[in-house]
Amino acid sequence: MITTDICIIGAGPVGLFAVFEAGLLKMRCHLIDALPQVGGQLSEIYPQKPIYDIPGYPAINAQTLVDNLMDQIAPFHPTFTLGERVETLEKQDDGSYVITTSDGTAVRCQVVVIAGGLGCFEPRKPDIVNLEQFEGRGVAYMVKNPEQLRDRRVVLAGGGDSALDWTIFLADIAREVTLVHRSDTFRGAPDSAEKVFELAQEGRINLVLQSNITSISGNGHLNQVSITAKDKTVTSLPADNLIPLFGLTPKLGPIADWGLNIDKSAISVNTTDYATNVERVYAIGDINTYPGKLKLILCGFHEAALMCQSAFKYVYPSQKLSFKYTTVNGVPTF
Amino acid sequence: MIQFTVEDRDGTRQMLDVPEGFSLSLMEVLKGSNYTVLATCGGMALCATCHVQVLAGLDSLPPAQDAELDMLDTLPDSDFDSRLSCQIRVDERLEGGIFRIKGAEQ
Ligand SMILES: Cc1cc2nc3c(=O)[nH]c(=O)nc-3n(C[C@H](O)[C@H](O)[C@H](O)COP(=O)(O)OP(=O)(O)OC[C@H]3O[C@@H](n4cnc5c(N)ncnc54)[C@H](O)[C@@H]3O)c2cc1C
Ligand code: FES
Repeated sequence: MITTDICIIGAGPVGLFAVFEAGLLKMRCHLIDALPQVGGQLSEIYPQKPIYDIPGYPAINAQTLVDNLMDQIAPFHPTFTLGERVETLEKQDDGSYVITTSDGTAVRCQVVVIAGGLGCFEPRKPDIVNLEQFEGRGVAYMVKNPEQLRDRRVVLAGGGDSALDWTIFLADIAREVTLVHRSDTFRGAPDSAEKVFELAQEGRINLVLQSNITSISGNGHLNQVSITAKDKTVTSLPADNLIPLFGLTPKLGPIADWGLNIDKSAISVNTTDYATNVERVYAIGDINTYPGKLKLILCGFHEAALMCQSAFKYVYPSQKLSFKYTTVNGVPTF
Repeated sequence: MIQFTVEDRDGTRQMLDVPEGFSLSLMEVLKGSNYTVLATCGGMALCATCHVQVLAGLDSLPPAQDAELDMLDTLPDSDFDSRLSCQIRVDERLEGGIFRIKGAEQ
């Protein structure tokens, strides 16, 4: 079990900056994010866009802001669990919490800070009735271990970069690769698109264009997909694996079930310290709501600072907090 | 006035009247008319939560640019008549159009 002072759910800009504010008060942090990388919406949705309303930066590229935040918090040695979704929050008898993730990682902490943004980024799923029934039984939304697809009959769906890249990669590994795409062109990276057309011409993959996967079947494990073309003709294809690759979209997820006051997919907080209705649980950044709330990075940073001043009493119950400027004290590392 | 029809996720249709000369996107008009459109990215063709299907009037719209087409390509439920409403300026070309809201509600 990982033990820390503050467990931060969400490693977006606001969760990252909270590590800094906590560090100034000598509180240690562990961060958990469902995405494999830090940075939240900035890294996932708009890494290369300039942001113009970060104080002190007339313009800063979103990924640069994330990189800078990582540098800024490095002195406080935060620890990370990435690629795992937080599922449960359990209060202990002494008031502390144990947080568990989808992969069974457990973190014990004095304070929980939810910096979950718009929620967990989850794969967009195609509209196939019994799709979920086959999840883990042939249907997956990402390729975690390509070796598991060796000598299998793999069907990929989608037209974005990752669908193209995996089609090319798996052409050498799988027994049979079929890419199903709704349109007849690919606008992703032109090089990959060209390569996919080449592979199709050489007969090394099957390319099924202007078509959608409309049903799947199998006996316990997936063994067939049905594809409907634009002209409504349906064909069936034997398949061991189906990998729909339609990008990620944020969903509130498990946070909704933690007994917190939720208002329109956001957690209601008190604006004195961004505490939720549950003691020792705070919510900062895009995930919270209060009268006048603005979903801005700047506002999330402010919330992180105030939250830490309040959380201090749970981490150091017998100490009195005295406010200090960084210019006076520098950045005390630990 | 520009008049067009909006079909909500439950199938109910409503006619919207938008005065000419406003530089608004269809996404902004839909939000302003209290439709649930998340528009997570604020209209940058980066989130696809403003996805609409153009049931009538597709051909009179200006064609989609690369960024929009890229995004549509990543959607599981997009079709030949799919557009991102944030990329459609509301002007006389929308007159008589029918738009079905498709983007996720949450
Ligand atoms: C296209 C675009 C442009 C924008 N431009 C600006 C701008 O110019 N200026 C500005 O101030 N803001 C802008 N924003 C808004 C800004 O990105 C958000 O305010 C900011 O990302 C919020 O940060 P956050 O840390 O609260 O949440 P997020 O960045 O959303 O990060 C939250 C993280 O929490 C994780 N998470 C959630 N639930 C769980 C769970 N149960 N388990 C594990 N992990 C979980 C998610 O995976 C995610 O990584 C823009 C947003 C977009 C999409
Ligand atoms: S609002 Fe995000 S793509 Fe249109």
